[in-house]
Amino acid sequence: MSLWKVAWRSIQQRALVSTLTVLSMGLGVALVVAVLVVYSVVYQSFHRGGEGYDLIVGAKGGREQLVLNTVFYLSQPVGNIPYSFYDELKVGRRFSADVETAVPVCMGHTYQGFRVIGTVPEMFTELKYQGEKKYEFVQSEDADGKKVQGRNFKEDAPFEAVLGAVAASRTQLKIGETIRGIAGGSHTDKQPFTVVGVLAPTGTPVDHAVFVNMRGFQEMHHAEGEGHGEHADHDHEHNDQITAVLVCIYPDRAAAGRTDVVARTINDSRFAQAVVPARVIADLFEGVVGKLQWILLGMAVLTVIEAGIGIMVSIYNSMSDRRHEIAVMRALGASRFTVMMVILMESILLALMGGIMGLLLGHGAIWLCSPLIADWTGVVVGLLQFQWMELILIPGLIVLASAVGYLPAVAAYRTDVAKSLVTTP
Amino acid sequence: MLLLKDIKKAFRQPDGSALPVLDIPEFRVEVGEQMVMVGRSGCGKTTLLHIIAGIGRPDSGKVRIDDWDITLMPEAERDRFRAERIGYVFQTFNLLAGFTALENVLVAMRFARGRPDKARARSLLNRVGLGHRMTHRPSQLSVGEQQRVAVARALANKPQLLLADEPTANIDAAHQQQILDLIRETCREENVALIMVTHSNDVARQFPRMDHLEDINRVAVGGAIG
Repeated sequence: MSLWKVAWRSIQQRALVSTLTVLSMGLGVALVVAVLVVYSVVYQSFHRGGEGYDLIVGAKGGREQLVLNTVFYLSQPVGNIPYSFYDELKVGRRFSADVETAVPVCMGHTYQGFRVIGTVPEMFTELKYQGEKKYEFVQSEDADGKKVQGRNFKEDAPFEAVLGAVAASRTQLKIGETIRGIAGGSHTDKQPFTVVGVLAPTGTPVDHAVFVNMRGFQEMHHAEGEGHGEHADHDHEHNDQITAVLVCIYPDRAAAGRTDVVARTINDSRFAQAVVPARVIADLFEGVVGKLQWILLGMAVLTVIEAGIGIMVSIYNSMSDRRHEIAVMRALGASRFTVMMVILMESILLALMGGIMGLLLGHGAIWLCSPLIADWTGVVVGLLQFQWMELILIPGLIVLASAVGYLPAVAAYRTDVAKSLVTTP
Repeated sequence: MLLLKDIKKAFRQPDGSALPVLDIPEFRVEVGEQMVMVGRSGCGKTTLLHIIAGIGRPDSGKVRIDDWDITLMPEAERDRFRAERIGYVFQTFNLLAGFTALENVLVAMRFARGRPDKARARSLLNRVGLGHRMTHRPSQLSVGEQQRVAVARALANKPQLLLADEPTANIDAAHQQQILDLIRETCREENVALIMVTHSNDVARQFPRMDHLEDINRVAVGGAIG
């Protein structure tokens, strides 16, 4: 019979109090797990957005706003840049040695809450997401209920549209159906866009957007301007404006540090700025979410410590009832150190049971919420998706249990055997 | 085998004064000897057993068991010595409530040697007639059965000396003799010296040696703690 079993028997003897103590610890640990997993989900969700291209070129202004708008489709564009910038990046001699791909994007209004973006077909053929993953189009139902393979919009079909996975499921738009009113306001588009494809889920902001051919997008905006009496003479400058250009640098050139050189060259120009999205996202994340995570984690850890104190109170309160039992153990030959160890082991067992329960509860709850999380963020969370910080949970709990078990253990250590033995149990 | 020499013990009273309990010039028990200690309540019988077992320390004097003076041992060594060489049967049994009968015996072995001998524990429980109740907890056993477990536990580590503090006091008359016979027989079989404290004349008469604590204790009767 090991001392662990002796400690376990003591826990069993006080089943109700022990269960409540374990439950309290379990909830604390579950909270820590939830904070860690949610942080990881937000982290992935944040960082995935900026993967797939090396630079964003947009109007001069706040670099954060440019990234928020171009990567996450949030907020308003900083401004527009001339279409000629895209041309120069794509075919100009100045950047031809460094730029592999350049894709223009025009931020529009929203359709049923989803941002409408005018772009070119290369957006889904040349760019990748999450490293090297290629965009794919899924089979989905058309308006007649038949399964149809979706496709990218064509360069020469200005009024075709492609939907992100979440946008498609929320709007219930089907292939072959048309979209109107994406120009915003009360004006009805003269020419609707026809949905030709639905993208497979990517876990990036792309899932939450509606993409249309940039040519049609600009024609529509042009018409919108006409409808409002603006640019009545077909102001071609309006057509020549885009919000940003997503730029991929050749991998070997990027490795040689050319990304920053290209960025500096662009930043020296009068109208445009170039930002490295990964850096801006990392700064944004650390500056906003990172601090919040530490606050949440701190609060969760405080909950665990409070549960640890609960263990101490539970064991310490039981000490007056157990002095006789401890005295009997001592009379049977257990040393002071042995009874002290039994109490510490009891504390550790309670904390470990709470820890395991918390891990199961935390991951179980996250797993149950995973469809919701995937829907909101595109990040799929598995039942066994552990965070590295969870590795320190169990050793941390053992340290905590040893600390909180120390006081009752010392009480056990100091038990006066002769005096406690004559006391009726 | 057991020799007490010039044992003195007093308890501190709330007003700070000392209350003498024991003053025993000499007390001996031989190997395998069975003796009974009688005395009125509060005359210091339990205190004497605690001192012999090393649970309590005398204010002065020596407690020698074979060649070891336990009063000179550090506490941890005394604990180990007690676990290995002295068995103790309490009046109130003092079984550990959360443990089964078998575990109560095993836990005593664990504290003595670190590695319990399951076969001996089972054999002892069989010998006290509890082979069929090994997995029962104290609350599921009768008073007599609990005391049998306590006897098996006291003998678990093959002690040289068994101290029994009124082991039949809480047992009904029908089972008193059974318990008494059990303790004496097992001590005889294992050649264990037995010191039994009792109030019962019926019990005391069955022993070849009966000491009155008042006869060996110089402290005047009255006011001592039992």
